[in-house]
Amino acid sequence: MILFVQTMSWIFRPPMQGREVLKQMEEVGVRSFPVVIITAAFTGMVLALQSFTGFKRFNAESMVGTVVALSMTRELGPVLTGLMVSGRVGSAMAAELGTMRVTEQIDALYTLATNPIKYLIVPRFLAATVMLPILVVFADIIGILGGYLVSVQILGTNPTLYIRKTWDYLEFNDLYSGLVKAIFFGMIVATISCHQGFSTEGGAEGVGRATTKAVVTSSLTILISNYFITAILF
Amino acid sequence: MDKEFPIKIRVVNLHKSFGGNRVLRGCDLEVRQGESMVVIGGSGSGKTVLIKCIIGLIRPDEGEIYVDGLEITQLKEREMNEVRKKFGMLFQGGALFDSLRVWENVGFGLVQHTQLSEEEIRKIATEKLRLVGLKDIEDRMPAELSGGMRKRVSLARAIAMEPEILLYDEPTTGIDPIMADAINDLIIQMREKLNVTSIAITHDMKSAYKIADRIAMLYQGKIIEVGTPHEIKGSPNPIVQQFVQGKSEGPIQIL
Ligand SMILES: Nc1ncnc2c1ncn2[C@@H]1O[C@H](COP(=O)(O)OP(=O)(O)OP(=O)(O)O)[C@@H](O)[C@H]1O
Ligand SMILES: [Mg+2]
Repeated sequence: MILFVQTMSWIFRPPMQGREVLKQMEEVGVRSFPVVIITAAFTGMVLALQSFTGFKRFNAESMVGTVVALSMTRELGPVLTGLMVSGRVGSAMAAELGTMRVTEQIDALYTLATNPIKYLIVPRFLAATVMLPILVVFADIIGILGGYLVSVQILGTNPTLYIRKTWDYLEFNDLYSGLVKAIFFGMIVATISCHQGFSTEGGAEGVGRATTKAVVTSSLTILISNYFITAILF
Repeated sequence: MDKEFPIKIRVVNLHKSFGGNRVLRGCDLEVRQGESMVVIGGSGSGKTVLIKCIIGLIRPDEGEIYVDGLEITQLKEREMNEVRKKFGMLFQGGALFDSLRVWENVGFGLVQHTQLSEEEIRKIATEKLRLVGLKDIEDRMPAELSGGMRKRVSLARAIAMEPEILLYDEPTTGIDPIMADAINDLIIQMREKLNVTSIAITHDMKSAYKIADRIAMLYQGKIIEVGTPHEIKGSPNPIVQQFVQGKSEGPIQIL
């Protein structure tokens, strides 16, 4: 939490570490892309399958498109993306910063009169906060596409009907709420993982511990805060 | 050493404990402008902790440190950052940035604090690397270097900004004797040509005698003796004698 405040206080202070931010954006965004896409695709597909089975019981199969779209945009898109990113990126952040801590690279930054919060944490924080919503947009689209494919190709739903049901019930608010969550999740993953990495103690073993703790803590924080963000904001 | 030179660094009654481990217990040290001070002492005696306190990486529990007359132990991080611009530090383990190439490591301070172009920084980096006896490794990653090379790159990084004060944490350990002597010469040059004030930590008495204007011995958390290499060699203190002669028998308990 203190780290979060310090990070915020360094964000707009020059010099901007443009190069570092871009590097981290690539790391968080581009490299996580495949994992997020696969997760989203199969989640959309299984959602279609499951809701079809359920809705068939009261002849509401046509609602499958709506359910897939709403679940993806409001919940599963942001939450699953957040969890995947915390596993992939959060662990990497904690391990990298942890290693830098135990090999005195963070001390070396101080001696070169460079604030490590500015140089290391701010770029990661910005990258995660910007890239997570972008990943979520892709996850939403791919998830809905996955649901569409299963419904149309396997379950034999009428394609036009499916698309209409998706569009008619999907509100801007659904997309928007998912993206707001994504921004929060990005901040959570970056802050917790960087904090864990930064406060690493005790050699390689300490780095291992910090990494595990970063993933577990940020995943749990995402799941818990997800409930409260939903309850309070939407 | 000329008495008229002003005091550059003054450490007064410094205390630092880690848990119950009392590492520094009232350490005092004065280093004059342009002086080369060597701190000797057993492994684990707190030499690294002492110089990390001086550059503000470790906050002491008690005591004062003056750099150019400014007390630094109570400074805010931002003020300390300004003071650190006067310093360059060579870390015992090198502490090179893994994710940056050798020349980017050496030029790191220049990238952060000057407006120089990339080519200019690269040129300066190449020149500093040459000073420490390295060439054609600018584009390698630190992981591809040997331990001794890493240390020399770290030294090049420490001198790249041409700081007023240099802290060397064991500059010659892990380096072959010929190169070690070249590093000693470099340290002497830094002082003679650039009038750098330096504190070097070493176990290597040959190196200490060569580079030091004065030598200070740290023992049980205190500086127990300070003197010119000649005075230290002839010190009547049995603890100092045991250390400089490298004997296992004497007042210093090994276990
Ligand atoms: N960050 C730290 N946390 C806890 N203990 C520490 C820390 N840094 C140093 N110590 C302890 O302080 C003591 C002195 O360490 P220091 O690194 O200063 O020794 P040294 O004199 O530099 O030894 P060497 O010649 O082997 O490098 C050691 O007992 C070490 O365990
Ligand atoms: Mg040491």
